Amino acid sequence: MRIAGYLTLLILVACVSVFIGVKDISVWDIFNPDEEQALILTVSRIPRTLSLILAGIGLSISGLILQQITQNKFVSPTTAGTLDAAKLGLLIAFLWIPQAGLFNRALLAFVFTFAASLVFLNITDRIRHRNIIFVPLVGILFGNILSSVSSFFAYRNNIVQNVNAWLVGDFSSVLKGNYEVLFLSVPAIFITYLYANKFTVVGMGEAFSRNLGLNYRQVVNIGLFCVSVTVSVVVITVGAIPFLGLVVPNIISLMYGDNLRKTLPYTALFGALFLLVCDIAGRLILFPFEVPIGVVVGVVGGVLFLILLFRRR
Amino acid sequence: MKKNSRRIALLVTLTLLLVAVFFLYDLTGNREYVLERRAYKVAALLLVAGSIGYSSLVFQTLTGNRILTPAIMGFEAVYLLFQTVIVFIYGDKTFRVLTESANFGWSVLMMLGFAVLIYLFVFRREKNNMYFLLLTGLILGTLFTTLSSFVQMLLDPNEFSLAEARIFASFNRMNTALLGYAAGAGALMLILAWHYHKYLDVLALGREQAINLGVNYKGVTLVFLFIISVLVSVSTALVGPITFFGILVTNLTYELFKTHRHSVLLPACALISSITLVAGQFLVEHLFNMTTTISILINFIGGVYFLYILLKAKKL
Amino acid sequence: MIEVKDISRSYGEKIILDEVSVSLPKGKVTSLIGSNGAGKSTLLSIISRLLKQNGGTVLLDSRDIDDYKTRILAQHLSILKQANPLDLKLTVRELVSFGRFPYSQGRLTPVDEEHVDRAIRYLNLQDIAGQYMDELSGGQKQRAFLAMVVAQDTDYILLDEPLNNLDMKHAVQIMKTLRKLCDEKGKTIVMVIHDINFASQYSDFIVALKDSRVAFFDTAERVIVPEVLQKVFDMEFKIVETEGKKICNYY
Repeated sequence: MRIAGYLTLLILVACVSVFIGVKDISVWDIFNPDEEQALILTVSRIPRTLSLILAGIGLSISGLILQQITQNKFVSPTTAGTLDAAKLGLLIAFLWIPQAGLFNRALLAFVFTFAASLVFLNITDRIRHRNIIFVPLVGILFGNILSSVSSFFAYRNNIVQNVNAWLVGDFSSVLKGNYEVLFLSVPAIFITYLYANKFTVVGMGEAFSRNLGLNYRQVVNIGLFCVSVTVSVVVITVGAIPFLGLVVPNIISLMYGDNLRKTLPYTALFGALFLLVCDIAGRLILFPFEVPIGVVVGVVGGVLFLILLFRRR
Repeated sequence: MKKNSRRIALLVTLTLLLVAVFFLYDLTGNREYVLERRAYKVAALLLVAGSIGYSSLVFQTLTGNRILTPAIMGFEAVYLLFQTVIVFIYGDKTFRVLTESANFGWSVLMMLGFAVLIYLFVFRREKNNMYFLLLTGLILGTLFTTLSSFVQMLLDPNEFSLAEARIFASFNRMNTALLGYAAGAGALMLILAWHYHKYLDVLALGREQAINLGVNYKGVTLVFLFIISVLVSVSTALVGPITFFGILVTNLTYELFKTHRHSVLLPACALISSITLVAGQFLVEHLFNMTTTISILINFIGGVYFLYILLKAKKL
Repeated sequence: MIEVKDISRSYGEKIILDEVSVSLPKGKVTSLIGSNGAGKSTLLSIISRLLKQNGGTVLLDSRDIDDYKTRILAQHLSILKQANPLDLKLTVRELVSFGRFPYSQGRLTPVDEEHVDRAIRYLNLQDIAGQYMDELSGGQKQRAFLAMVVAQDTDYILLDEPLNNLDMKHAVQIMKTLRKLCDEKGKTIVMVIHDINFASQYSDFIVALKDSRVAFFDTAERVIVPEVLQKVFDMEFKIVETEGKKICNYY
């Protein structure tokens, strides 16, 4: 399918997403909404759909960049400790500066994710065989370490249940006024697109990049910066969405190859589409109750990951 | 050789000393009652320490890797999900519906069933690659953890505290029956393993060398995986998950004993595990006054130590 | 004698070996040659039961290797692969002692000790027998592994690219040892080797694999001729004789 096709599909699904909910709103109401309908649309429905699209694009692209940098198809925010670092950052903000606003909390989460990404990269650099399976294994373990630090503080402060709830991505509480920080991921997505060619080269290794005259370290750092910004704003607004950044780039790479300049738009659109569809499913399965999207994507993505893993060999 | 036996002797002394301190420190109130309770606790501590120390060391030999532990293969996630779900279903009636022993039994069965399923799944497709097995377990684990978190969100705080008591390891709810079952399972596994211990040194050389030297690699590996699964399931069901404990104690063992011989490493690791766990429990009770639990404390220390290993190692 | 009968093996769609049959004579040195991907290492792995075939049988002294208990087979046949990643704290002597595992299952008898001593002397490792493996150079490591195989004392010794990453001096050293094992102790040596000149100098027989099949199997003398090699490798060969030895010139 061409880009235009994906784009049309995305717009279509986004419209469907806007019209699903407890309060019945039909397409015709858009042109002539009563007061309540207008309120629901502008305060809840449209922000929700927008944030789904932003998070879908952001997380998929983050996964793609991490995969290029580590040269490993199975690395993503879920399998590199990135999500756990963001969680730890949030917890620290919650405990030490409880009065901090959304922006400050996002800032602290960002500092933690960026630091964790650097540490993880440092670790993978020293992995001997660069075994395709071993790297994500170490990444998940690394995430578990950060998690155990979170648990230590959470238990002492009796907020284990709250902290575990952050782990589950959920868009039902997205409202106008509390999701706008997500737009911080837009510049990050743009930078990624500008650097697409360079990330392709980075994916071929440090020696190869230097040979082509690329400032390897700089490109890697910019990549990690973009990933950290995106992941931390997503975690802080809607929570963690596991496996998304892993599955989407892999599916796109299977279909369209690894030239980022070409595949980046596909990855972004497909990521948004995937998340929208999972969200719609989560809203309909137990209607009128909602299954959080973190659970839907966690299950679907986990199973897809296993299929990818078994197919590969 | 001599140095090793001296060190083992030292560890034995240290273990005994710690156990004695654990028994006698701050002995007030009804002595008989306190001593009896402490005896249960010590028995459980030593049992769990031995099981986890042993299974982690063997697991690392099978995988040829010193930064892995069987706990990450998804056992704990299965346990957590099971505990969360039963509290979700039965609410505050949980303890009346499901006795401690029944809970223990079901937990072990669930974990073992899970292990057998993924072994079948991975090995049947002729992908006898240990990392592959691990990652499969780990992904399923992440999946289950997500599900547990979801179910936990649905619990009201009172119910959650019921689940929480199980989610974090604790040695405070020991009873004789459970201890008996666990000890029995441990002893059975040790008997089963006895004949196979001689292969461990050879397995450490890697798959190809082991086959070359006439070891039935697949068979022996499966036997050990089974033993490991039983030990990990039993100790998890007994006290709850302690993920990083295994990595912590095995690496301390390698640090102290520069040998490849499992006849030295296995007892050494069991002793070091015992010392760590008894000392940890002592700290939790008397220094932290129960504001933390043994699993959280050990995961915290073990996790930080693990990070240190990851960062310090020149090559992984 | 090792008889390979109709062995097939494929990975997914890709066929690596297609009903390969060949009989490797006892008490001789036989080299497997061929281009990359011709199936040499796969064949060697199947003969040594490291890899399962999809079809066909391997007979060792007229008996199917699957019928041997793996422990007994390890007393008749040993295999040394090219990559031996080892990060254990093992001394050379400890490693060589493992060669006796098929016999004593870990408890060394005085007879085993003697075998170990002899193997160490055979490869001139006396001076470094107490050193740890990770302190050794590539050539020393390879000799230590070979000593282990010697201590294993099997009639058949299989090697997968034993010269990989070795410099000329050490490569010659290893090849001379293998030749000596065959001539003095009557061992049967089968190896995968890339350097055509080493194959030509040191082997009695050569098996040339091409396109998943045996293209040629004959004495080294008859395989090392331009017409044959050109067919096997699809490139020009010139063969020069100096001091009665054939040297291939293909650069």
